[in-house]
Amino acid sequence: MSRLAECFKRLRAEGKKALIPYVTAGDPAPELTVPLMHAMTAAGADVIEVGVPFSDPMADGPVIQRASERALAHHVSLRRVLEMVREFRRDDAATPVVLMGYLNPVEAMGYATFARAAAEAGVDGVLTVDIPPEEAGDLLAALTAQGLDPIFLIAPTSTPERLRAISASARGFLYYVSLKGVTGAAHLDLESVRSKLAEIRGCTDLPIGVGFGIRDATAAAAVAKMADAVVVGSALVKIIEDAGADTRNIAAVIGDRLTGMRRAIDAGA
Amino acid sequence: MVEPVKTRPDWNSLPDAAGHFGPYGGRFVAETLMAPLEELRQAYEQYLKDPEFLAEFDRDLQYYVGRPSPLYHAERWSRELGGAQIHLKREDLNHTGAHKINNTIGQALLARRMGKKRVIAETGAGPHGVATATVAARFGMECVVYMGAEDIKRQSINVYRMRLLGAEVIPVESGSRTLKDALNEAMRDWVTNIDTTFYIIGTVAGPHPYPVMVRDFQSVIGREARAQCLAQTGRLPDALVACVGGGSNAIGLFYPFLGDSAVAIYGVEAAGDGIRTGHHAAPLCAGRPGVLHGNRTYLMMDNDGQIIETHSISAGLDYPGVGPEHAWLKDNGRANYVSITDDEALDAFHALTRIEGIIPALESSHALAYAARLAQTMDKDRNIVVSLSGRGDKDIHTVAAREGIKV
Repeated sequence: MSRLAECFKRLRAEGKKALIPYVTAGDPAPELTVPLMHAMTAAGADVIEVGVPFSDPMADGPVIQRASERALAHHVSLRRVLEMVREFRRDDAATPVVLMGYLNPVEAMGYATFARAAAEAGVDGVLTVDIPPEEAGDLLAALTAQGLDPIFLIAPTSTPERLRAISASARGFLYYVSLKGVTGAAHLDLESVRSKLAEIRGCTDLPIGVGFGIRDATAAAAVAKMADAVVVGSALVKIIEDAGADTRNIAAVIGDRLTGMRRAIDAGA
Repeated sequence: MVEPVKTRPDWNSLPDAAGHFGPYGGRFVAETLMAPLEELRQAYEQYLKDPEFLAEFDRDLQYYVGRPSPLYHAERWSRELGGAQIHLKREDLNHTGAHKINNTIGQALLARRMGKKRVIAETGAGPHGVATATVAARFGMECVVYMGAEDIKRQSINVYRMRLLGAEVIPVESGSRTLKDALNEAMRDWVTNIDTTFYIIGTVAGPHPYPVMVRDFQSVIGREARAQCLAQTGRLPDALVACVGGGSNAIGLFYPFLGDSAVAIYGVEAAGDGIRTGHHAAPLCAGRPGVLHGNRTYLMMDNDGQIIETHSISAGLDYPGVGPEHAWLKDNGRANYVSITDDEALDAFHALTRIEGIIPALESSHALAYAARLAQTMDKDRNIVVSLSGRGDKDIHTVAAREGIKV
């Protein structure tokens, strides 16, 4: 069983929901990413989503776009991201790590080379934002050959046929995009999330994470009541951005924010 | 049953149902856009066969755009060059001054039928933004145009023109602040406002069905040119030349000739300061395949797969990708892709202006420069058709600044 599957199985047995924070690798600086990942785990993260910086992050809002730009200013490549995961794994053999990014860096490295390197580094799942299952045949084969879980997005616009096709290709968990928009958007509608999740559950037994637009503990707790996992991205990246050059307290502030979310999620469960 | 072996590719059979031109094209977008793209594809395929839609499109091309655009024999310039005869397909004479309007009319008519009241567009040099703002004004639609902050500086007159037409022009400050970033931002708007909004992409790139749809709307250029050349010279041209940024005027000219194997085809990319300097915008000549903006195609990227900044004196060619059909035409050899530097394009800009009294767009000047070179290698009884994709009024400040002249 994959680390992701085990993680969700354990949480389900404990009656708990997963908290999945996101960090763009290399933001604000490459040497701060691994300590930040450990701080996230210490604050109650169950899975960590690591963003691979890309020059043209079409699905991301301004906060994560700027995080990508900061990371790319340090020339953080996909290979460098994998080194960071490898370093994280030295001290944490348990927490699943999901890479989230765009297809072109993966294509440039080559699917097979990437999948081998990612598995060796200790990556568990790969979410490639801009490849739908229809185009993903070769990538899926490369990932599954290395025991990596392909994670796919489901959107408010996904039709029933697409829900079935995506569920059939996905492993680990499904990532429901809670709104029509980019990451960090402001118009989360809990009622529409609730009804779509019911529809998704009709197609799959995979755990479902919900992300895009979850900013605080209240929203996290509300979403956790419906979903198996809550993904928090822009709200954390914003903390890094607001800190500017003074990076000393980033891990502590992000840890505090996650601890608050953890408590709210567990209290509501 | 064994399929008969085809002696030559069936040029009209592509793309396949999922938008692939060989290994290129396709649909590489986040899940939220998949259903809207499918809805668009179905609507497009339905109206493509709808006589009423096609008649309305033709009527608008005739009475609003001013088509057919002439095929003009540049006799004096041809004589001066001393080689093949150069014929200019005068897309610069279209309403709004470039070929872009052919496509924006088609997409706006489609948007109306799909019940969308708001249109958005990206623009580089401005002509596609102007053409979109123009049709939006005419159809009473809300219009938002995304334009890189760098390009806004280079093309202030077009920005004002769009605003006069009632469009909101939003400067894009992310990334390299040029056309590719404007496209990213337009996609982000679309994904947020899918229910109300139609995204009018200006070139033959993007996710399926955009490359095929824009090609179909633009291929009026080649259909006319083919008939005009037959009527005016008594035969098909020996060569076609068009500039390639995203490649919409080029594919519009080339597509109706793809089956005419005797017609040589040249797409001209922007070599900027020169291919060897790395400061250029020539993905077909010097890039490699990858995935950007919803399709697989040739791209300008570094070894890590990050898209790199391009350079061209012409904002309309300053784009790191290219339409997927061009990628396929390059690989199978049906078309040749070459490049022209900023300086060579400027020489052609001046030559056409002084010798024929036609001020060409800097984009088109790349095609003219290559055609001039090609003509000199061909006999005088040969014919070259060049796409004069736009007029150069928008570029006179760029040219003047480059030459140290204050306008």
